[in-house]
Amino acid sequence: MSSLFILTSLIDPGVGLIFWTTVTFILLLVLLGKYAWKPILKAIKTREEGIEKALASAQSALNDMRELKSNNEKILAEARNERDALIKEAREAKDAIISEAKSKAQKDADRILASAREQIINEKNAAVTELKNQVATLSIEIAEKILRSELSSDEKQKALVNNLMKDVNLN
Amino acid sequence: MTSKISTHKRFTSICFVIFALFFSLSFKLKASEPEENDPVVYENQTVVSTNEHPAEPKKAVDISAIAFEHILDAHSWHLLGEGHDAVAIPLPVILKTDNGIVTFMSSAFHHDTHGRFVFEKNGQRFVNYEETIYLASETANEHGQYLNIEKNDKGETVIANIAPLDFSITKNVTQLFLSAIVLFLLFTSIAKAYKKQGVDSAPKGKQSFLEPLIVFVRDDLAKTNIGPRYEKFVPYLLTVFFLILINNIFGLIPFSANLTGNIAFTLVISVFTFIITNINGNKHYWSHIFLPHAPKAIWPILIPIEVFGILTKPFALMIRLFANIAAGHIIIISLIGLIFIFESIYIAPVSVAFALFIDILEVLVAFLQAYIFTMLSSLFIGAAVADTNEDGAHNEDDGHAVAKH
Repeated sequence: MSSLFILTSLIDPGVGLIFWTTVTFILLLVLLGKYAWKPILKAIKTREEGIEKALASAQSALNDMRELKSNNEKILAEARNERDALIKEAREAKDAIISEAKSKAQKDADRILASAREQIINEKNAAVTELKNQVATLSIEIAEKILRSELSSDEKQKALVNNLMKDVNLN
Repeated sequence: MTSKISTHKRFTSICFVIFALFFSLSFKLKASEPEENDPVVYENQTVVSTNEHPAEPKKAVDISAIAFEHILDAHSWHLLGEGHDAVAIPLPVILKTDNGIVTFMSSAFHHDTHGRFVFEKNGQRFVNYEETIYLASETANEHGQYLNIEKNDKGETVIANIAPLDFSITKNVTQLFLSAIVLFLLFTSIAKAYKKQGVDSAPKGKQSFLEPLIVFVRDDLAKTNIGPRYEKFVPYLLTVFFLILINNIFGLIPFSANLTGNIAFTLVISVFTFIITNINGNKHYWSHIFLPHAPKAIWPILIPIEVFGILTKPFALMIRLFANIAAGHIIIISLIGLIFIFESIYIAPVSVAFALFIDILEVLVAFLQAYIFTMLSSLFIGAAVADTNEDGAHNEDDGHAVAKH
């Protein structure tokens, strides 16, 4: 085979191959288009959309979670504040109760003491009065007894009267 | 975008000029052939060499003949051996003669491709000469060929016999059918996998290998180059991409046919791109061609160039794929052929090493050429359907397209 013959046969498109390629290509285009490309491209598209949707929902879930977290933190902080307030309040209440009780006890003690003192004074006064009365009675009794003994004889009576008379100045 | 297109145009023009030279030669020789049954012209040496070689006791190996036997189409699927000892798978021959369609198996010629064996059917006699089937002459010539090989006025050798229109299921057609069946089964099984597994699960097996390619064609070729109306063209681009890819890869397998390195195949696919581009061309596309934004004085020059450009784009597509694949095959066979040219076993390791290197390169080229063909197809379609024109009304789109390349 010469080079020219080779070249001509190389770039000379054969009618048969053109015909069969056209037929096969059209058939392939129709069949693949209907039974392969359409379902495959549809499936790929569906999946891409699904992935996109999943990513978007993941993002929104992340956002939701972040929001939730910040909410939680807010709630936690609020609770903490509330707790602190409660504790403070309780402490104040406790202090108030204690101081109140203390002052009340003091007052009671003072009152009791005062009444005891008063009673003691009263008792003492009563005892002093009674003592005075008894001393008076006793004095009278003693004076009576002394008088009795003084006046037991006439001489004595005369002496007494004398004495008394002596004291009395008939002026 | 404009610079890109102009560079591309320059390239395609150069391509066209170079191949127009070869083509004009081819058409000059073949133009009047089929209908009028004019003689086909071949060079003198063709006949002489084919006749001399078998007669020689120790013939020199004609590497170029072997190389082109491998890359050209054939009526039977040749596996081993030569002449009568050859092992080949017979394929159906379908001829459209004046007396209707004639069909027979290629084995009817008993491996003869020199026009010496006559097969007779339905009263018509056929010979196979260099894988072209002619109606045989009544008697053999001095070389035992049933052909009228004459010299015309210009001293060129002419075969005067009638060559019927050949619609045979040749080696290339067989591989085309096989690859179409493989593609159909492969992608319908993947489509089924999507249906079965649903779209929520990750792709598995072949699905996981091919899905990125499908998505690549859809996103990086169709969507990027065509623009918002890309979806309509995705099935076409996918079919083109995978048909070229699978045949590029099949072509690398030993004993297989060289379909994508055959100009008839690339011609048909290019014509499809041409038709789709021009059917979908919008008013911007046509106004760019027939009402260019240039002074009216240069319209007589510009309009023919633009009209010519419509044709050069698919022409470049056709040549690029065909030449790349054919060249790769020729290089590999030539490297192996070195062993027989030097007639030394010691050259074999070198040949094998280089052939292996080229083979691996060809795997890259297989993907690359499928990609380039699909990418340029989508670029041409994109230029035809784009809303942009030279007013710069859509500068953003233009900038985007440039940035992508």
